[in-house]
Amino acid sequence: MTDTRIAVEARGLVKSFGTNRAVDGVDLTVEAGTVYGVLGPNGAGKTTTISMLATLLRPDAGTARVFGHDVVRESQIVRQLIGLTGQFASVDEKLSATENLMIFSRLLGLSRTDARRRTSELLEEFHLTDAATRPLAKFSGGMRRRLDLAASLIAQPPLIFLDEPTTGLDPRTRGQMWDTIRRLVATGSTVLLTTQYLDEADQLADRIAVIDRGTVVAEGTALELKASVGQASLLLRLRSGSSVETARSIIGRVLGIEAIVSPEAGRLTVPMSDPDRVTVLLVAFRDEGVHLAEMSVQQPTLDEVFLTLTGKGIPDDDLAAHEHADTVEGVRA
Amino acid sequence: MTTATSLVGAGGRPLINHASLRQTLANTLTMAGRGLLKIRRTPEQLIDVTVQPILFTLMFTYIFGGAIAGDVQSYLPIIIPGILVQTVITTSVVTGVQLREDMDNGVFDRFRSLPIARIAPLSGALLADTVRYAIATTLTFAMGYLMGFRPVSLAAVIGAGLLVIVCSWALSWIFAFFGVIARSAGSVQGTSFLILFPLTFLSNAFVPADTMPDWLQWFVNINPVSHLVTAVREMINEGVVSTEVWVALLGAAIVVAVFAPLTVRAYMRKA
Repeated sequence: MTDTRIAVEARGLVKSFGTNRAVDGVDLTVEAGTVYGVLGPNGAGKTTTISMLATLLRPDAGTARVFGHDVVRESQIVRQLIGLTGQFASVDEKLSATENLMIFSRLLGLSRTDARRRTSELLEEFHLTDAATRPLAKFSGGMRRRLDLAASLIAQPPLIFLDEPTTGLDPRTRGQMWDTIRRLVATGSTVLLTTQYLDEADQLADRIAVIDRGTVVAEGTALELKASVGQASLLLRLRSGSSVETARSIIGRVLGIEAIVSPEAGRLTVPMSDPDRVTVLLVAFRDEGVHLAEMSVQQPTLDEVFLTLTGKGIPDDDLAAHEHADTVEGVRA
Repeated sequence: MTTATSLVGAGGRPLINHASLRQTLANTLTMAGRGLLKIRRTPEQLIDVTVQPILFTLMFTYIFGGAIAGDVQSYLPIIIPGILVQTVITTSVVTGVQLREDMDNGVFDRFRSLPIARIAPLSGALLADTVRYAIATTLTFAMGYLMGFRPVSLAAVIGAGLLVIVCSWALSWIFAFFGVIARSAGSVQGTSFLILFPLTFLSNAFVPADTMPDWLQWFVNINPVSHLVTAVREMINEGVVSTEVWVALLGAAIVVAVFAPLTVRAYMRKA
């Protein structure tokens, strides 16, 4: 049965290529009318997941439904409900923008007149009218992406898959793409997008799934994900001459928290549970002759969420490296 | 919010989990139209179907003519059907090569995600290629005519031409299969020619089979290409439509029946 509330429901999706389990039990639930971001590094299994949801790949295990229709058993129905914009522009290089859109429109069953009308509408909407008859070989990356997205929207599908829609685009074109995606959602479409960019997920997505090595490692709104990493932290850089050890012991005494010492000389990161106590800390610093060169407060970013969850965190690595260095020194001593 | 009314296919069609025959035909024609557009955009890809018929007809006729038939004029009725079949079938190899190149293009991902007949991107491409076969057929007959070959009637020539085109289209499914499963266009070409050479040369296309050793005659006589060549010879030299025509068409139908599903399945499985 057609379900109009849940656009995508995936349970335990698995896909292996040889011995490599590219997707290893992915669960996703996307509510209709929302933007859902799938965030992950290269090779995390984002494209493979989308390919299964878009009926291009058959899952080895697990099930997925698009508006209640099974992607394997009812694949042809699913294809009528989705639009796919791939990571690499899936348009015909040798033909013009008009010809591309005409062919896709005709394939989707539009009459010749309707196809022509829809083509010119889309060219207009995506600012491609001037370039409509030029061969695609002369298109810029941004124009190609726009044409690709236009081609996905011909049939006005209720669910649109965007696989890394802005990878490789310059910042200005990326901004334009974001605007386009926001417009899409405003018209009631559901969008499932993958991205490697945290700010992109942060900017566009209502909910985010962080995916790494083929599994979902976290899921929630951007706010929830940020909160899961913890509070803001205080970044301190000491003036040369001030002892890092002294500063660390003051922090331990005043805040009862172990500060993280960065390998670069004189940098400390202090988790800030109670901003009020910072004043006390600074006064203690002044009293004991610890001088600051720099002080700032860092809000948790999606970056940190990502790094913490996927275990490729720079903070973790630095910490480990630092502890490792300590042990080595300890042994020498 | 998404409402129930938005959950219909393009153009307000109801959701159906299969492509109807009408849709399959319409999709195939659209895809064929795309193929023709591409030929128009890159006319240089027609070189093989323009140069090869002219060159082969000239070469084979003057090289083998005296030795096999006594003189060039009496060799023409034997060689023109042979060259015709050989040239057009060779052209169908290019279909597979171009299909591979085409599939490496990202646009095939989109085709696979569209609610269209699964076979359409393939059948359409293959259908568009019949235009190439028609060009090769026309040029071969034209060259033969210039060299003094006189078939019984224009109708016979058109009939024979159509027969060759239909059979080559059928054979092109074999090469399309290689095109789909191969990794590169180059390997399609290599594999296809391995099949093509025995098929076209171990036939009665260039020389009568009766001077060949028995074991070879056995193969030549069951080779569908021989039946096609004989059918064409009988049509254009005697104006006769014999059982050979039906044998050739049956062979073509079998090839399509076997290779079209294989090709489509491999195409759908391709990541």
